[in-house]
Amino acid sequence: MSGHEHRDDYGAKLGMWLFLFTELLLFGGLFLLYAVYLKRYPHEFASGGKQLNWVLGSINTVILLTSSLAAAMAVTSIQRGEARRTVALLGGTILCAGGFMVIKYVEWSAKFGHGIYPGSEHLKAGPPGESVFFSLYFLSTGIHGLHVVIGAILLGWIALKVRGGELNAGNNILLENGALYWHLVDLIWIFIFPLYYLIL
Amino acid sequence: MSDMQPTAPSFWNDTGKTGLTSWIFSTDHKRIGLLYFYTTISFFLVGVVLGLLLRIELMAPGRTIMGAQTYNALFTVHGVVMIFLFIIPGIPGAFGNMVMPIQVGARDVSFPRLNLLSWWLYIIGAVIILVSLFSGGGAPDTGWTFYVPFSSRTGTNVSLAVFGVFIVGFSSILTGVNFVTTIHRLRAEGMTWSRIPLFTWSLYATAWVQILATPILAITLVLVMAERVLGTGLFDPTRGGDPVMYQHLFWIYSHPAVYIMILPAMGIVSDIIPVFSRKPIFGYKMIAFSSLAIAAAGSLVWGHHMFTSGMSDTAVVVFSFLTFIVAIPSAIKVFNWISTLYKGSISLEAPMLFALSFILLFSIGGLSGLILGAAATDVHVHDTHFVVGHFHYVMFGGTGFAIFAAMHYWLPKFYGRRYKEKPAIVAWALMFTGFNILYFTMQVLGMKGMPRRYYDYLPEFGPLNLVATIGSWILAAGLILMLVNLFRGLFRGEPFDGNPWGGATLEWSVATPPPTENFEGEPVVTHGPYDFSGVKK
Repeated sequence: MSGHEHRDDYGAKLGMWLFLFTELLLFGGLFLLYAVYLKRYPHEFASGGKQLNWVLGSINTVILLTSSLAAAMAVTSIQRGEARRTVALLGGTILCAGGFMVIKYVEWSAKFGHGIYPGSEHLKAGPPGESVFFSLYFLSTGIHGLHVVIGAILLGWIALKVRGGELNAGNNILLENGALYWHLVDLIWIFIFPLYYLIL
Repeated sequence: MSDMQPTAPSFWNDTGKTGLTSWIFSTDHKRIGLLYFYTTISFFLVGVVLGLLLRIELMAPGRTIMGAQTYNALFTVHGVVMIFLFIIPGIPGAFGNMVMPIQVGARDVSFPRLNLLSWWLYIIGAVIILVSLFSGGGAPDTGWTFYVPFSSRTGTNVSLAVFGVFIVGFSSILTGVNFVTTIHRLRAEGMTWSRIPLFTWSLYATAWVQILATPILAITLVLVMAERVLGTGLFDPTRGGDPVMYQHLFWIYSHPAVYIMILPAMGIVSDIIPVFSRKPIFGYKMIAFSSLAIAAAGSLVWGHHMFTSGMSDTAVVVFSFLTFIVAIPSAIKVFNWISTLYKGSISLEAPMLFALSFILLFSIGGLSGLILGAAATDVHVHDTHFVVGHFHYVMFGGTGFAIFAAMHYWLPKFYGRRYKEKPAIVAWALMFTGFNILYFTMQVLGMKGMPRRYYDYLPEFGPLNLVATIGSWILAAGLILMLVNLFRGLFRGEPFDGNPWGGATLEWSVATPPPTENFEGEPVVTHGPYDFSGVKK
C-alpha cells in the first residue's frame, strides 16, 4: 500500500482483540486439562496445591496488578501528550514484570530443589495425580511466564517508540494494543493464581 | 500485459521490479496470494506423489515397493503435507488473499504486513516440517493425528514435525485475524452485509474458525513436545495422564479444521454456479447463514472421531446428534445450488464442470459421513478404508475440485491470459473418472473390512486394491494434463480481458490483471453480487 497513508485505529484494535481470543483459548486447553484432572485426582491436587507458596503467589499477583495499572496509566498519559510520563510508566510496568519473573524463579528453584520438576524421579515415584498436578503447574506458569517476558519486550519496544516521538497523542494505537496484551497476561494470571494456589 | 491498462499499471509490473525479492517481501495481497498459491500447489504435488507411492505399495498384498516403516512414514507425511501445508492454507491463503479484498472493494487487507508475516510463518513451518523428515530419527510415523502414547514414545522425529505444524498454525491464525478485520472494516461504500459475495462470506466464517480453533491445536502440540522433551506425562497412563484427553484436545481443533478446509470451497462453488447459470443465486441469505451455522455447529462435534476411544455412552449420543445437525446447513447449501441451476442458462465451461462435480462428490462424501457420524454404524467401519474414502471424497472431491474450479475461474483474471478449454475439459473428465474409481473402491474395501494405515492386507482385498491403484493413475494423468494446460495458458495463452465469464462481483469490474490498488478511486457498490442484469459478457 505504498503511497497511501491509511490508518484504521478501530480496525487495529479489533485485530488485537481477535488475537487476544486466541491467547485465551491457548490457555483454555490447559484449564480444560486442569478441570478434568482435578475431578480425577482431587486429593493429589489438594496436597500439591498446599506445597505451593501462596505468599509468593500473592505478592506476584499484587505486582502484576500494579503493572497493569501502570500500563493503563501509560495509555491515558500518552493521550494527554505526556511522553516522558508515558515512558516512565511503561518502565514501571517492565520493572514489575522483572520482579514477577524473579519471584517466579525463586519459587521454581525451591521446587526443583525438592526434586519437583516435570519428569523428575521424585514425581515418578509419587502418586500419579501429584505428577499430573505439578506438570500442569509448571506448564501453565511456564507458558504464562513466557507471555510475561514477551509482553515486557513488547512494551519496551513501544516505550522506545514513545521516546523517539513516533507514538504520540494523535497516534498511539500501538501502545493501546500493547497495553491490551499486557492486561491479558495479567488476566490469565488472575485465573492461574487461585486455581493452583488458593482453592485447593 | 501492461498495454491492456492505459492508466494504472497492473500489480505485475507496478514497481518496475520483478525479481524474487519484489515478491517475497511484497505486502500486496495479490502477490501474497500468488505466493501462497505456488507454495501450496507445490506441496500439493509433493502430497500427490506420496499418495501415488502409497497406492502402488497397496496394489498387491505384501511388500511391493517399500518396507513397512517407510509406508508408515509416507502416510504420515502425506497427511501432514496435504492437510497443514495444502488444504488449510490453500483457499484462504491463495484465493482468499487474491480475491477477497477486491470482492469487498478494498485496496488491500487490513494488515498487509501481518499478511506477509503469515506467509513467512507458513514457509518457516513448512521448512521445519521438511527438515524433520530427513533428520533425527527420520520422518514421523504416527499418522497426521500424532496420537499419544505412540507419538510420545516413537523414536522418529515427531518433536520437530510438531513444532513445524505449530508455526504453520500461527500463520493460519494471523490470516483469520486479518480477514475478519478486513471484512468488518474495509468494505466499500454500498457493500452491505447482504451484498458480500458468498465466497467472502465463507471466508469470514472460516476466519472465525481459524481464530477460535487453531489455538487449541497450538497448546496440544506444545503438550506433545513437552511430553517428549520434558517427560511431563500428562497423556501417559502410567503417570496418571490420559491419552483420551489428547484425542479430545486434538479433535477440538482438528474437526473444526475440516470446516476451515471445506467452507471456503463451498464459497467458491457458490460464486461460480450463478455465473455459469446466468441466474441470481437461490437463497443468498440462507447460504451465507449456513456458512456461519456450519462453523458454529462444526465446533461442537469433535467427539465423533472418538466413538471407539472409550467415551461414555451419553457423550457418544450427544456428539452423534450434534454431528447430524451439521448435515442441515450443508444440505441447505446443496439444495440452494441445485435450485440455482434450475431453469438457468447453464454453460458447461471448465470452472462450472469442476464446481458441479464438487456438488456430487461432496454429497457422496457428506452422506458417507453420516454413516460415520452414527455411532452404531461407525463402530463397524471405524479406522477402515471407508473412512479414508469418506474424507478424500470431502477433502479432495470437495475442496480439491473447488480449488481446481477456482484456478480455472480466477487465475486468468490475475494473469490476463487463459488456458485452452478443450484440454481442460478432457482433464476434468479424466480426473473425475479416476477419482471415483480410486475412492469409491476404497469405500467398498472399507465396508468389506480392510483397515486403514495397514501395510499389508488379506489376499481377498487384492483385486479391489488393484482397481483403486489404477484409478489413482487415471486421476494423476488428468491432474498433469490440467496443470500443463492451465500454466501454459496462463503464461502463453490467448489474452483474457474484460469479463468473459460475465461475473457480477467486484473483481470482474476492475482491470485485467488488477492494478496494484485494485480500483481507480473508491468503488461504490450499487447492486448485489449475483445481479446479472446489466453485466456484459
